[in-house]
Amino acid sequence: MSILVDNHTRLIVQGITGGEGSFHTQQMVEYGTQVVAGVTPGKGGQKTEAGIPIFNTVADAKAGTNANTSVIFVPPPFAADAIMEAVDADLDLVICITEGIPVKDMVMVKTYMRGRKTRLIGPNCPGVISPGMAKIGIMPGFIHQAGNVGVISRSGTLTYEAVHQLTTRGIGQSTCIGIGGDPVNGTNFIDLLKLFKDDPDTDAVVLIGEIGGNAEEEAAAWAQANFKKPIVSFIAGQTAPPGRRMGHAGAIISGGKGTAADKIKALRDAGIIVSDSPATIGELIEKALKN
Amino acid sequence: MKIHEYQAKEIFRKYNVPVPNGHVAFTADEAVAVAKTLASNVYVVKAQIHAGGRGKGGGVKLAKSLEEVKTIADQILGMTLVTHQTGPEGKLVQRLLVEEGVDIKRELYVGIVLDRQLGKDVFMISTEGGMEIEKVAAETPEKIIKEWVEPGIGLQPFQARKMAYALGLEGNQVRSAVKFFIALYNAFTASDSTLTEINPLVVTGAGDVIALDAKMNFDDNALFRHKEIMELRDLSEEEPSEIEASKYNLNYIKLDGNVGCMVNGAGLAMGTMDIIKLHGGEPANFLDVGGVANAETVANGFRIIMNDPNVKAVLINIFGGIVRCDRVAQGVIDALKLVQVDAPLVVRLEGTNAKEAAELLENSGLDFLVATSLEDAAKKVTAAIKE
Repeated sequence: MSILVDNHTRLIVQGITGGEGSFHTQQMVEYGTQVVAGVTPGKGGQKTEAGIPIFNTVADAKAGTNANTSVIFVPPPFAADAIMEAVDADLDLVICITEGIPVKDMVMVKTYMRGRKTRLIGPNCPGVISPGMAKIGIMPGFIHQAGNVGVISRSGTLTYEAVHQLTTRGIGQSTCIGIGGDPVNGTNFIDLLKLFKDDPDTDAVVLIGEIGGNAEEEAAAWAQANFKKPIVSFIAGQTAPPGRRMGHAGAIISGGKGTAADKIKALRDAGIIVSDSPATIGELIEKALKN
Repeated sequence: MKIHEYQAKEIFRKYNVPVPNGHVAFTADEAVAVAKTLASNVYVVKAQIHAGGRGKGGGVKLAKSLEEVKTIADQILGMTLVTHQTGPEGKLVQRLLVEEGVDIKRELYVGIVLDRQLGKDVFMISTEGGMEIEKVAAETPEKIIKEWVEPGIGLQPFQARKMAYALGLEGNQVRSAVKFFIALYNAFTASDSTLTEINPLVVTGAGDVIALDAKMNFDDNALFRHKEIMELRDLSEEEPSEIEASKYNLNYIKLDGNVGCMVNGAGLAMGTMDIIKLHGGEPANFLDVGGVANAETVANGFRIIMNDPNVKAVLINIFGGIVRCDRVAQGVIDALKLVQVDAPLVVRLEGTNAKEAAELLENSGLDFLVATSLEDAAKKVTAAIKE
């Protein structure tokens, strides 16, 4: 089984005619994802080369195709608007890949989403994959394998590294989610741990965090009280200097807060297994699954 | 992005946040000319660098005459100012702010930042102005009072009053403070600031509330809609190698170690730095080359890494997902024809077409070590610096 996305996911691609959007649509279709519609304002009524119908609005696309999920490849100045459009159309899930959205725009998006049914993953993330069922986003599909380990991460390529370590050990994944590297995002570690808790086919979780904010500390406290499946964690940025943004907008130690050391301590205190090295995540999950 | 105090005060003026009269000066003569325009007998000469703690470091001085303004300006301009935020190497002072003296009755603190957890802006105020606020937060957290701003609605007058009374202000001071906080929030939010901080915020003898200091940082992702703020960037305050890297769209941060690294993706780049350290090395930099690791990007990365004389070995760690590893391998081989790398080079390519990539590297006749895993790469590169 899986969480968030599966065989029933019917996907809209917002920004389907752009460079990134069209390339990754093709990749997602090849993986077996049901891409049912695209949205590009002004191009409604046309079709992509592969025959996917294009609509002017998300609401039209949903009405015309019975879609339930969207993925966003819209440039940063317009991405917040695209998210709100998908929320307004009452989709179940919106996954925003776009990197570089102003944080003030995300604050407005979060406010707009209060009391709405839509869940947002991202922005600034690789997306969500339930191996063998659906790939929504930009991750390489072939490194994944269906199985019983859930993966949640603030990073992109570091997640691929962890997944690769799992797959080469013959350990498959139920669902892998990139929650994004921005300071304000749609879904946090705890939201997803709740879903993995109720997923009978997820037996362990990899949780990849990084410097900045306190999402890892909060996840640790919640997991200690509520989550019985084993978690293996890695926190990137143990050698990062304070006050510098390490690539991701959210990866910054400010005012002495958000260090890797604090996060690792909180996780260990909560009984979570922490991998000191990014190279031993797979090994530690293998051990945890045997116990 | 960071700006100077005098630039932040210009923005404050635009939004009617009260600040002392004053102006920037680049020479001692200019400093005197600025002082002449001020209706005051006491002047403050302040070093302008992108770091706090300038007063303690000797970068802020009081002058009681125009002659003294000149003497002090001569002293401060060109000095290397060392504060707790500059590091031991300090920063060269090239600009001054000359201001009128202020009759200070009380020193307070106000800062606005984003509360990431709640997704709302938060005011932080304290009666402990003039102190290092991190210290106050750590030692006497009860002395920092917070007030959250509702997105889209903005700071309400009752909230500003709450803060004014919490600071122990009375009478006219309250009215000044309310106006001040509302104007300050307008400046913060209209300019996509990520941090606006005034330390100290002062109450004058006349009961006015004014910003004696001013610090503003901005959201890099929002600069596209603030050309006027982008123009305030002072390149002399930034690391030259980082400016060079930004020209090539490379995300590079210089560090103090001896192992250069080039990685795709910010998280993996941090993870690579961490594993270098775990194996006894020290990372010389953070470098995320992004999604396109072609010959040009790799060559530019090499140039920037090799400009750092501390670098004794280099590690390339690329996880090829959408980018094929054989293309990256060809990029590395081509880049080595463009740039000389006089240090042991370890290459680890994993992901799509990793086998073909390994063969390309082995058969290239070039001198580098091929690593088979992240662990192996870290071992090989740290062994190389010990040789």
